[in-house]
Amino acid sequence: MAVSYTKYLRMYHMPHMWCPGCGIGIIVKAIIRAFDALDWSTDDLAFVSGIGCTSRAPGYLDMNTLHTTHGRALSFATGIKFARPDKHVVVISGDGDATAIGGNHLIHACRRNIDITLVIVNNNIYGMTGGQYSPTTPVGARAATSPWGNIDIPFNVSELVKGAGATYVARGHVGSGVQLERLIRGGLTHKGFSVIEVLSNCHTQYGRRNRIPDAIDLIEHISKSTVSVRQAEKMSPEELKDKYAVGLLHQDTERTEYCDDYNKVIEHAQLER
Amino acid sequence: MDNTEKKQRQVVFWPGNKVVAEAAVAAGCRFFAGYPITPSSEIAHVMSKRLPEMGGKFIQMEDEIAAMGAIIGASLTGQRVMTATSGPGFSLKQENIGFASFIEAPCVIVNVMRGGPSTGLPTALGQADVMQARWGTHGDRPVIALTPSYLDELYNEVIRAFNLAEMLRMPVFLLIDEVLGHLSERVEIPDPSEYELVERPRPTVSPEEYYPYDSSQGDVPPMADYFTGYRWHTTGLNHDKTGFPTTDPVICQAEEERMERKVSGNLELIEKYEEYMTEDAEIGVVAFGTTARAALVAVADARKKGIKAGLLRPVTLWPFPEKPTRRLGQRIKAMIVPEANLGQMIYEVERVAGCNGPVVGVNKIGGVPIYPGEILTRIEEFA
Amino acid sequence: MSDHFEARFAAVGGQGILLAGDIIAEAAISFEGKYAVDSPTYTAQVRGGPTKVDVIINTKRIEFTRTTAIDFMLCLAQKSWDRFGFDLKDNCTVLIDPSLVHEVDEEKYKVYRLPIIELTKTKMKKMVYTSAVSLGAMAGLTNYLNPESIRKALLKKAPRGTEEPNMQAFDIGFEAVKDLRHG
Repeated sequence: MAVSYTKYLRMYHMPHMWCPGCGIGIIVKAIIRAFDALDWSTDDLAFVSGIGCTSRAPGYLDMNTLHTTHGRALSFATGIKFARPDKHVVVISGDGDATAIGGNHLIHACRRNIDITLVIVNNNIYGMTGGQYSPTTPVGARAATSPWGNIDIPFNVSELVKGAGATYVARGHVGSGVQLERLIRGGLTHKGFSVIEVLSNCHTQYGRRNRIPDAIDLIEHISKSTVSVRQAEKMSPEELKDKYAVGLLHQDTERTEYCDDYNKVIEHAQLER
Repeated sequence: MDNTEKKQRQVVFWPGNKVVAEAAVAAGCRFFAGYPITPSSEIAHVMSKRLPEMGGKFIQMEDEIAAMGAIIGASLTGQRVMTATSGPGFSLKQENIGFASFIEAPCVIVNVMRGGPSTGLPTALGQADVMQARWGTHGDRPVIALTPSYLDELYNEVIRAFNLAEMLRMPVFLLIDEVLGHLSERVEIPDPSEYELVERPRPTVSPEEYYPYDSSQGDVPPMADYFTGYRWHTTGLNHDKTGFPTTDPVICQAEEERMERKVSGNLELIEKYEEYMTEDAEIGVVAFGTTARAALVAVADARKKGIKAGLLRPVTLWPFPEKPTRRLGQRIKAMIVPEANLGQMIYEVERVAGCNGPVVGVNKIGGVPIYPGEILTRIEEFA
Repeated sequence: MSDHFEARFAAVGGQGILLAGDIIAEAAISFEGKYAVDSPTYTAQVRGGPTKVDVIINTKRIEFTRTTAIDFMLCLAQKSWDRFGFDLKDNCTVLIDPSLVHEVDEEKYKVYRLPIIELTKTKMKKMVYTSAVSLGAMAGLTNYLNPESIRKALLKKAPRGTEEPNMQAFDIGFEAVKDLRHG
């Protein structure tokens, strides 16, 4: 059955503020389809963001929505989830928001394994503030603050969160909305901290400075840089250079979840009291 | 006082930081997020033990900023929330404090003030965060800061802080200093029947009719708990009554002015001060926190020497008690303002006192308290 | 000065001396209906660093919380004396352990020497009772608080199961100062 997007959207706020062709649209639609497939009530969902282009997404979704400060979405989301472990908390963030200014919260949310789903829209640039290089801008790429080419080594976001202890790590891209929905749904149902890194396009700020100014061209460029997890397993490190494995990269269902563990603390404390 | 009522009160000998934590629990606080910092850490120690006992939640976050974010998140679910910190942490929290002010999320922030700027004197007192409390976050927003001087007063002010935060939907600061935080003294714990716990206003309309910043019934809009069907949006951007962003200058101005009115229009509720021998005073002293205790001794000593001195002690420091300061200021020869900083509250006293004579500070930093004798010397100088 | 009393307990961090201050204050509040404040000094390095706790007792509510004229001081480390040996009244009763504190102003103060550490070690076997021995000695040397009040407060504050040895330690200190002369 076709998904009724309007059931989840605050249509009275359309048109949205994103650039035509922006990957965020594809991502938000994938998130909606994932919600719809799980048949969760929007009353039970909190959708939280920080600052940047992604931060505007919660405003368009008809649920409990919170647009917070730069980089801090996960800390607010942690407060919500920890106060109400019975509800669903989803965070959307960008590469700058999540891995630069919010990097500390990111690694600690991973370590804590609190049951929050984080979607990181990685478009390799600070879009909203005017195209400055981010922690995921490739070496050599041009940005508003790297007119001579970027010299910073980028993060591999998925590897970073895996290393920090996230128990569900997936990478998708805007060239495949179907796969993306599946990966997000997997994250939503996973009990623990889950991260879905989405390779996305900012043709406006990144593409125009790096000779791929068209949205479709940039999405195609991103698609071509991806290989499936299964393919990647068969490839040499040489062959994998500049390629991104997409799919479910890591899942650990053994580790206990933070709120569950804290419930045991409460039980213990009340017994001892 | 009625003796039968007094008998019901538990008398304890607790350090100030424990008083803060126990009073918070009594005030219905069931969510605390914090980050270790001297000299406020003992508050977190007690909360980490007490909250799970009460079925509440304690979380030590990765930094001060995250602790502030977490309590705002929990506040949105309807919880009474608190964090505690000290100078450097108070600095780090400022952006999210502004956010809480702007989305009008009730929360209590304790700042156990230490000495010096930067890392300063972590284990010693200071009172130098007066202006940071008022103006620390960018932009305009209303402020309430409570500065009790005694531990039994502290207990009651913690409860009042929660009530004000909930009633007015805003962050409330409890500014105490290291001396009060670590000092132990006799505290009479009021029986729960002696105080009221006030809840935030909640919507009485259906979700369809609900606007999160609807001020048609007053300056404090009803606040729906998350996950109760109201599905509202909030943002740190300037927003209108629907909670969604706006850049309309008329709405921006009206909404920010409404926020300011939550304090300026409720002074009777918020303001609290004590006067000691001010009726016929010729020399006025204005002091808060533990410095006010030294000032009280100085005033009493001055009286013994025949000098008509009087003390005004703000318990609510922000909004500043303008009326009593002016009342005192206009009939005295000189105003003495002792504070453990290089002169902060004195600007407010100068602004509002309308004093014909000099307004003089007694300023001492370095972690050592101002002694009564130092204040007395100044009083004598201007008598 | 019968309505006002100031005491200072100085040692190095870890000797449990902060607890002694608490017990004296508890004695005044719970068993004599007096007011008390207790202010510990936190030095940057709490463990092993010089530390002290000041206790003020009065029959009325105490306004200024710092000591200005100390009646009794217990000191268990030279470096703590060097750092905190001020604000003492002339004639202040000073109790030191001679194995740990060597130089104090004999002219100004009534100095009592009691080998508290040695006494605790030989008679109690466990150093955790240093505070209780010290409190007993203090009770024997000062008369502001009834020794029985201090004893009761110690009993109240003692961890479960240690009541008896704490009482024993208190009595050891109390008896040991009976024939002690200052100087």
